[in-house]
Amino acid sequence: MAFILAIILFSIGLYAVIVKRNIVKIIIGIAVMGYAVNLLMIMIGYRADGTIPLASYGAGMVTVDPLMQAVVLTTIVIGLSMTVFLVALALRLYATYNTIDVAEIRELNG
Amino acid sequence: MNLLPLLIIIPLLGAIIVLLMRSCAKPWHDAVTFITLIALSVIAVLVQTGVVSHGMMVFNPGSVVPGLGTIAVADGLTGLMLITINTVITCMVIFSIDYINRFEDSALYYFLILMTTAGLNGVLISGDLFTLYVFMEIAVISAYVLTAFTNEPESLEASFKYAVIGGVSSLLILCAIAFIYAETGSLSFHEIAIAWNRPEHFLTVLVMVLLIVGFGIKSTLIPFSSWVPDAYTAAPAPVAGIFSGAVSKVVGIYALMRLLYNIFGFDAHIMSVVGWLAVASIIIGVTLALYQWNFKRLLAYHSISQIGYMILGLSLGTPLGIAGGLMHLINHSVFKPLLFLNAGSIEHTSNATTLKDMGGLAQRMPVTGATSLIASLSISGIPPFNGFWSKLLIIFACVQSGKFGFAVIAVAGSILTLASFTKVQRYAFMGPLNRAAQSIGEATMLMRLSMIILTVLCVSMGVLLLPGVYEVFLEPAVRALTVGRHYGVAIEKLLQ
Repeated sequence: MAFILAIILFSIGLYAVIVKRNIVKIIIGIAVMGYAVNLLMIMIGYRADGTIPLASYGAGMVTVDPLMQAVVLTTIVIGLSMTVFLVALALRLYATYNTIDVAEIRELNG
Repeated sequence: MNLLPLLIIIPLLGAIIVLLMRSCAKPWHDAVTFITLIALSVIAVLVQTGVVSHGMMVFNPGSVVPGLGTIAVADGLTGLMLITINTVITCMVIFSIDYINRFEDSALYYFLILMTTAGLNGVLISGDLFTLYVFMEIAVISAYVLTAFTNEPESLEASFKYAVIGGVSSLLILCAIAFIYAETGSLSFHEIAIAWNRPEHFLTVLVMVLLIVGFGIKSTLIPFSSWVPDAYTAAPAPVAGIFSGAVSKVVGIYALMRLLYNIFGFDAHIMSVVGWLAVASIIIGVTLALYQWNFKRLLAYHSISQIGYMILGLSLGTPLGIAGGLMHLINHSVFKPLLFLNAGSIEHTSNATTLKDMGGLAQRMPVTGATSLIASLSISGIPPFNGFWSKLLIIFACVQSGKFGFAVIAVAGSILTLASFTKVQRYAFMGPLNRAAQSIGEATMLMRLSMIILTVLCVSMGVLLLPGVYEVFLEPAVRALTVGRHYGVAIEKLLQ
């Protein structure tokens, strides 16, 4: 069930990236795709009735997978740097072209 | 003393030092970057000699700091790629010393180049999927910023395009990594190689599609390569050389082949899909290149086409095909950056970017003219230059595995490449001198030096096939791929 949710979220993000012409919406689409992948990884690490993965807290009990949580923390940081760069670029693009419509930003073609 | 961590630590330290010295004069930045890259090239050679004499090298940080689960691995393929990319980036930096006088912030430029180098070295020595992902992101995010470095309107646009498409491809790869972890419960290459039992259901197909599309975007295969011409045209010329000579090779081809051969095992069906994509890249890339008038854009389309040759050779799975693909990879890392440097030196002296504005430049720029002629002959596969030998190997390998159609397309692509570079030579370097170019001179000394180094490599790389040299460079790399999933068992043995 949660996997389907992640896939729907991913598809919405991909739709925004491919179809939308507004730079800000494209950046939001990329961010949504990132969240979808993070959600997917958290769900893969989930164990039914699992507790927090701390040895001192629940010795011998079922814990959720700590590796996926560590991975998600790292991908959140990478996603942040990516979003910051894209937003900075969008500001520059707006200052240069005075538009946020990608269809009007067409110096390059061919 | 294990050398592998130095390959990441040295460029990161160099990058931080360059950034701290931002207020110093530019020669300091040049010196720090140059010394860092020379040190990296030396270490890469040492790694390769170590691998040749002692076999696979493994560094386990867990033995120093308990609890760290990641490992660094180097085998013949890693050593070969390390030498190639660090040498190429060194040449690009020698060229950049004079080229980047046009930009104000040389410290930032070198910082980004060193971060890219650190990321690429990290991808090459990483022994697990997530480390590979993190270093890949370090390399490509620096690459996005380098694309936008000139701050021209078109470079901002190209960088946005590259960043969005590259970001999507990274997320697809991350998805694949998540599914692989769900199936095997591990991220380490060796554990996945042992645990992956190739389940015959949709998960394998899903993972393969995600990986081929994800790394296909990064390695500029044809249906996924719409960002390539823009990014390579808009980036500064040495940076375009790094993109085509190092970034697309490492985060694209190396990572894809490492996964498809050593982690999941060679699969004829998947490899034939990759082979068809490669053939499409060869023919479509070169056809689009024929129509181009912008020199760097033309080179970008040729880059797509040449990447097709490498992946075609590697997708055959025979030792001959792998040797041809890897040799073409090294050769392309020499002549394509050289051609980008030629374009950069013309741009530097005469500000011309399209072939129509050039003409007769060989009279005014003899070194640029001569080096570009040799590079053009190399990329078109004219004997005795390096491109000839690797294309010959790839075509023989296609015939040997019974794929005559692929061989014919490879020959046709080579002829079209020759036609396209005849156009470059005719319009840029031969013919009457353009009136606007009457007063220009040759590129500066350091620019000529880096072009001459690469030209000497172009002429001499054929020796890689000679007995004695073949056993040191290509043979360990070919063996690293042909062992397939035995890779995992070999690392497991070394870790005990």
